[in-house]
Amino acid sequence: MNSPLIETKNLKKYFHTARGPLHAVDDIDVAINKGETLGMVGESGCGKSTFGRLLLRLIEPTGGKVLFKGENILEYGQKKMKDLRKEMQIIFQDPFSSLNPRMTVSEIIAEPIRVAGMIRKENDLLERVFELMSIVGLAERFVNTYPHELDGGRRQRIGVARALALNPEFIVCDEPVSALDVSIQAQILNLMMDLQASMGLTYLFITHDLSVVKHISDNIAVMYLGQCVELAPTDDLFENPAHPYTKALLASIPVPSLKHRKKLDVIQGEVTSPINPKPGCRFAPRCPRTMPECLDSVPGLKEISPGHFVSCVLFR
Amino acid sequence: MTEKLLEIRDLHVMYRTDDDNIFALNGVNLSVEKGKTIGLVGETGAGKTTTALSIMRLLPDKVGIIRQGEIFLEGRNLRDLSEADMRLLRGNNVSMIFQDPMTSLNPTHTVGEQIGEVVKLHYPELRSDAVEAKVDEMMEMVGIPAERKTEYPHQFSGGMKQRIVIAIALACNPKLLLADEPTTALDVTIQAQVLKMMNELKEKFNTSMILITHDLGVVAQICDWVGIMYAGEVIEHGTVEDIFEGERHHPYTIGLFGSIPDMTKKTERLNPIEGLMPDPSSVPPGCRFSERCPHRMDICSTDSPEVIIRGTHQIKCHLFSEPREGVCLAEEKLVKGAAS
Repeated sequence: MNSPLIETKNLKKYFHTARGPLHAVDDIDVAINKGETLGMVGESGCGKSTFGRLLLRLIEPTGGKVLFKGENILEYGQKKMKDLRKEMQIIFQDPFSSLNPRMTVSEIIAEPIRVAGMIRKENDLLERVFELMSIVGLAERFVNTYPHELDGGRRQRIGVARALALNPEFIVCDEPVSALDVSIQAQILNLMMDLQASMGLTYLFITHDLSVVKHISDNIAVMYLGQCVELAPTDDLFENPAHPYTKALLASIPVPSLKHRKKLDVIQGEVTSPINPKPGCRFAPRCPRTMPECLDSVPGLKEISPGHFVSCVLFR
Repeated sequence: MTEKLLEIRDLHVMYRTDDDNIFALNGVNLSVEKGKTIGLVGETGAGKTTTALSIMRLLPDKVGIIRQGEIFLEGRNLRDLSEADMRLLRGNNVSMIFQDPMTSLNPTHTVGEQIGEVVKLHYPELRSDAVEAKVDEMMEMVGIPAERKTEYPHQFSGGMKQRIVIAIALACNPKLLLADEPTTALDVTIQAQVLKMMNELKEKFNTSMILITHDLGVVAQICDWVGIMYAGEVIEHGTVEDIFEGERHHPYTIGLFGSIPDMTKKTERLNPIEGLMPDPSSVPPGCRFSERCPHRMDICSTDSPEVIIRGTHQIKCHLFSEPREGVCLAEEKLVKGAAS
């Protein structure tokens, strides 16, 4: 039986704004098993990236717990946290701004190793850099180039190599392919899946692209305004979406096939403000099936079939 | 028989920079029928936006140069028009929606002023209350209450800003709308709203549209025709049925389809195209795709392929030319999906 590598309990993050607390992440309980991928989807502003950063403790949560191998990392001191960071890494969305333009490829990839003090001899370090470059499919001749000389796909490969430098177990992938062209996107997705298979990596894969998340994930969490509205194994979610928001999201995707050509199903309205949210279901103002009790309280995740959780009064 | 509204013949465009000459378009042929939508698909640098800017004559001054080719709008050659005539044409007969609604609106003017500006420019005889009435009408048409016309762009969400941009583009009821990635910056539920609205408006006014996108899903949902661009050429062109259901395809098109995760079935691995687009400053002889093509033949690196036409479907690839000595027709390999 697989045990969760990383798990959150009632994780919360509120940002202070002049107009009141902004509920970026509100009470999220998810778990990711070792060697698996949790896909996290949602529209901009739903708290996906904040959640990814909370898991790595790059920002401090307002409340709740983050358990890594069963231990609450929020109680760790600085030294212990520094050791832990070798185990968890992140790949960012934009390969154009997440690489230091004044460092060469080898300096960028070597930096985490130097900081962690894992390899001290320069020769060994360079060898490790070459090894990482070959793992991610970067030719050795790029070792002394600067990021601006390379295209988006190669830059993102540097980002992957940097994340792998310390042999982490867990990687947060924050929209790693959104800024890339489709053919390059497919190359990077294949690379990430190969790496997962060969190194047993665990991913949190954050994206707004449902076709990408379907391709790479074992489980999917659907986020709406800081809350997880549905959590299910990938196939189950796409075959039997339960929450009205998930259904609307799936219906909004333009499918590249004429068989599915249809009047695009459209949900009305836009995402409401996450500042001082009203009690009740946050999707209620746009939901086609709103009922009076939707406005009372958030229903909370409830298991409707094995592993399939949904937070909606329709399933209470 | 449908009428041709726009016809582009053998368009070559170059960008002249200090270091290099960038060959952005290398012989683009394209036509748009009245009331129809053509989707231009391709990756960054394929020349989609350059095509649109050439039609509008908005290529950067002195840098972007049309080297040869003709652009006809309703039989008039746009390259013969004076700058003053072009100004009358822009916004009135042809208008353009840009990708990023956050940067294409002026932050210091209210949205009402920005919609009204186009109307005033093209209908100087209109009295100001008639202009205001037109502004109200356009706002309502794109689904925004008219009383919000006194607000500034920053007070609107991304989807609403894009609606305003569309209202500006449609204010003078253009015959041709160039939409450059109009929904790429939007969330998927908002994208669906905007696409639906654009489709309805297009039918209502019988506007022709060139939709530039890299999203084949968007193309399948709203286009009538499709042109696939690669390295400054249209390498495949046809109706949506030809492209999405036809049997024969350019190897690049197959690669493009192989790169998208298919929502309708389970795929273990994607089949992307290896390699990158050629450097546009030194265009290789022969087929521009040959370096990445899995079906490369000797002839591909020397001779540029002819456009092979079958009915409405055009493909620019040696694989489909008449069998010759040393050239095998590899059609069976080119059925979509068989690439795996």
